[in-house]
Amino acid sequence: MGANIPNGIGASSRRKEDQRFLTGAGNYTDDISVQGQTYACFLRSPHAHAAIRKIDTRAAAAAPGVVGIFTGADLAEAKVGGLPCGWLITDVNGQPMKEPPHPLMAQGKVRHVGDQVAVVIAETYLQAKDAAELIEVDYDMLDAAVDVATATQPGRPAVHDIAPDNVCYVWGHGDKAAVDKAFAGAAHVTTLEFRNNRLIPNAIEPRAALAQYSRSEDAYTLHVSNQNPHVERLLMTAFVLGLPEHKVRIIAPDVGGGFGSKIFLYAEETVITWASKRINRPIKWTAERSESFMSDAHGRDHATKAQLALDKDGKFLAMRVTTKANLGAYLSTFASSVPTILYATLLAGQYATPAIYAEVTGVFTHTVPVDAYRGAGRPEATFVVERLVSAAAAEMGIDQAEIRRRNFIRTFPYATPVGLTYDTGNYEATLAAAMKIADVAGFPARREEAKKRGRLRGIGYSCYIEACGLAPSNIAGALGARAGLFEAGEVRVHPTGSVTVFTGSHSHGQGHETTFAQVVSERLGIPFESVDVVHGDTGRIPFGMGTYGSRSLAVGGTAIMKAIDKVIDKGRKIAAHLLEASDSDIVFENGNFKVAGTDKQVAFGQVAFAAYVPHNYPLDKLEPGLNETAFYDPTNFTYPAGSHICEVEVDPETGVTKVVNYVASDDFGNIINPMIVEGQVHGGLAQGIGQALLEQAVYDPESGQLLTGSYTDYAMPRADDLPSFKVDTQVTPCTHNPLGVKGCGEAGAIGSPPAVISAIIDALRELGVRDVAMPATPYRVWQAIQSARA
Amino acid sequence: MSVKLSLKVNGRAVEAEIDPRTLLVQFLRDHLHLTGTHVGCDTGQCGACTVHLDGRAVKSCNLLALQAQGAEVTTIEGLAAQNGDMHPMQAAFKECHGLQCGFCTPGMVMSATALLKENPHPSEEQIRAGLDGNFCRCTGYHNIVKAVQTCAGGR
Repeated sequence: MGANIPNGIGASSRRKEDQRFLTGAGNYTDDISVQGQTYACFLRSPHAHAAIRKIDTRAAAAAPGVVGIFTGADLAEAKVGGLPCGWLITDVNGQPMKEPPHPLMAQGKVRHVGDQVAVVIAETYLQAKDAAELIEVDYDMLDAAVDVATATQPGRPAVHDIAPDNVCYVWGHGDKAAVDKAFAGAAHVTTLEFRNNRLIPNAIEPRAALAQYSRSEDAYTLHVSNQNPHVERLLMTAFVLGLPEHKVRIIAPDVGGGFGSKIFLYAEETVITWASKRINRPIKWTAERSESFMSDAHGRDHATKAQLALDKDGKFLAMRVTTKANLGAYLSTFASSVPTILYATLLAGQYATPAIYAEVTGVFTHTVPVDAYRGAGRPEATFVVERLVSAAAAEMGIDQAEIRRRNFIRTFPYATPVGLTYDTGNYEATLAAAMKIADVAGFPARREEAKKRGRLRGIGYSCYIEACGLAPSNIAGALGARAGLFEAGEVRVHPTGSVTVFTGSHSHGQGHETTFAQVVSERLGIPFESVDVVHGDTGRIPFGMGTYGSRSLAVGGTAIMKAIDKVIDKGRKIAAHLLEASDSDIVFENGNFKVAGTDKQVAFGQVAFAAYVPHNYPLDKLEPGLNETAFYDPTNFTYPAGSHICEVEVDPETGVTKVVNYVASDDFGNIINPMIVEGQVHGGLAQGIGQALLEQAVYDPESGQLLTGSYTDYAMPRADDLPSFKVDTQVTPCTHNPLGVKGCGEAGAIGSPPAVISAIIDALRELGVRDVAMPATPYRVWQAIQSARA
Repeated sequence: MSVKLSLKVNGRAVEAEIDPRTLLVQFLRDHLHLTGTHVGCDTGQCGACTVHLDGRAVKSCNLLALQAQGAEVTTIEGLAAQNGDMHPMQAAFKECHGLQCGFCTPGMVMSATALLKENPHPSEEQIRAGLDGNFCRCTGYHNIVKAVQTCAGGR
């Protein structure tokens, strides 16, 4: 698809959103203030696990400016429910997962550092914060189960009474017997044990919310930094507050990054929504960054043993994976699905491995809930697959590219042994492109040159696949989803021919206002400037499931396409009337309705005008107006895939690792805006390289204190930690959506961690190093070198 | 207790009575409603609150408003020309797709303009080092570096 018109499909249009963001006119939740607003401060648990004997709020209540104080007891008395989990996992014995209560504020016990104990609402934030310090909580401290690898051992303290061994579920996927048989006959078995490090999402805008209750309408309005306002409303009203949905309007205005962490329904916005009626005042809450660290859902945190069975030629025979996945103290919104449905189903990767079995134990610990973070299960799966493949190649003396080529899936559609059917792909194309751009042929010379400078240079590969475009609702439902995963779009044509698009997708950096406008502009043949895209408001948008899982264009964009088709269909009938022709003779081309084979035509704008000023209009057959809504439920997932090649240089004296060359060749299907797609890849790569080299949430294993509770302790990637990237795209269009698109938001974070780690191991192989844990900090790399030398 | 503060913000004289604990960023956001300056952390690390104080880039969460007594402060709202034309750095960020969610952007742009004032033709390494006090979680910095290079090249 090339751009037929300026700013059409395929053009790197500069973004519509940038004017406001670059001039300070962005409108983020904390930027919004309303008359009479109060401020909330949450008192949080300083302990990982403790029983609450007593909460004394008397001194706090008497402090200056305090308007209200609420605790878990107040919520229980008001019969406010707990936070729901959106995905039911059924264990290996056919039993439902253990679903302990997830109270909005502690009910007798705290279960992680940062757990909400009380909320103080005051005239100013400082008054609320000062008063919160006056609340006396009498805690009875208890031992904590912190580490995912040991929390299920006998004798560990239980997080919840209903799961005394801290096991939420043991879930199995694949054909175990076939895997066992294949391993028995294998010529070579590669075994790895590793941790997929725990990460903190760290959107730069901290979570924030502003709740208002209107007595005149008996209705609530909540502004909240969130990725899916309709889902937030559904969960909050139907499952927690028991309110009718039409009495709650949720607006997610400009949102400063999400990366998954703003999908979920959190306690804070729910509490202040409830409390706004109790005190009959608007309430604002904005997280301090320290609160974000201990209350935003974390990501990853797996302990895994993985094995790959190969024949003597390096053909994969089977894969066996056992994972303990940390779920944290409570089940967050999609926590249960991330290490299961979004993980084990991806273990085929790009390869025709005939048999795969994965067993996942979901584990409760006294830590912050763990849920989806950019990639959500798929980075963890890719790390398993690609580290196994790289290690097997090294062990068997097979070239890294060659072992992959011997095992690539080459015919489509392809049904994997883990339940997915890939519709299309060309893995050879992305690998070949990445190798060419990375100048793999020149690597030995670069390695020699680096050696002269005292640096060890290594190269690492990662050929990933992901399942995006979540998801066919019937399949998701059969797998335990408690919600649909369709998307909605409305195309409102105005009388003078400009268009407002209302989408259930949400943009928090992805640039939908631009990309979606390009699609509409191209399809309707109207100027890009005449199209506005509205998102993030349950009061203006028919419905929506929001943005996560790289689904916005594939699912949300398709809903818009379907609405456009309806607009064109109706327009054709109006045009037929205006042109005195039959409906079936009208074609729509380049913004004009034409009588086929003649020069008779009427412009889109004239048709729109006729629809709203229906003086000459087939009123007997057609309603006036030109405003169409469509819902789209996908028939399959989409399968973006690609090859990443990373080169690192390690200083063996200090262990400092530098990424010196990074190439990504990705297949996202058709591309609407190449500039935006490249930007998405860059950002994902930074987060993946961050996981590989820098980032880790660290808890004290005994006390459960979060040791990386600020930016001085949690190593965020900075500009000078990263290289410039070389990105490329290859195209096999998706076969089951009209735009042929697959999604690009998570690819960088999925593909990169194993490429970086394999590159480091390749650099250090001559010293005898066989593995390095993530994050490969200078200390860890130096230690690995010392142990290998010893 | 409140104290008197007078300073210039974006070229206009401002006088106010404030709690002496008020941070400069709180003064800009809450008192002057200049909400383009953002708060992304509470430890002076993220740089989202960067403004110019007498021409130097500073983190406005790390200063009391009183420390700006008598000074000239420029925020993202004051960077564009009077006629509304974007500052060349703002234009370069747009041209190079140097922003995604936009939250770090005002601070990043203020740091980048101060960087070029000190070093009009920096190398890529110098740009990366010069921006290491500003976090961006969206762009991987790739296009931010490109924007600064573009702006420097266009001078």
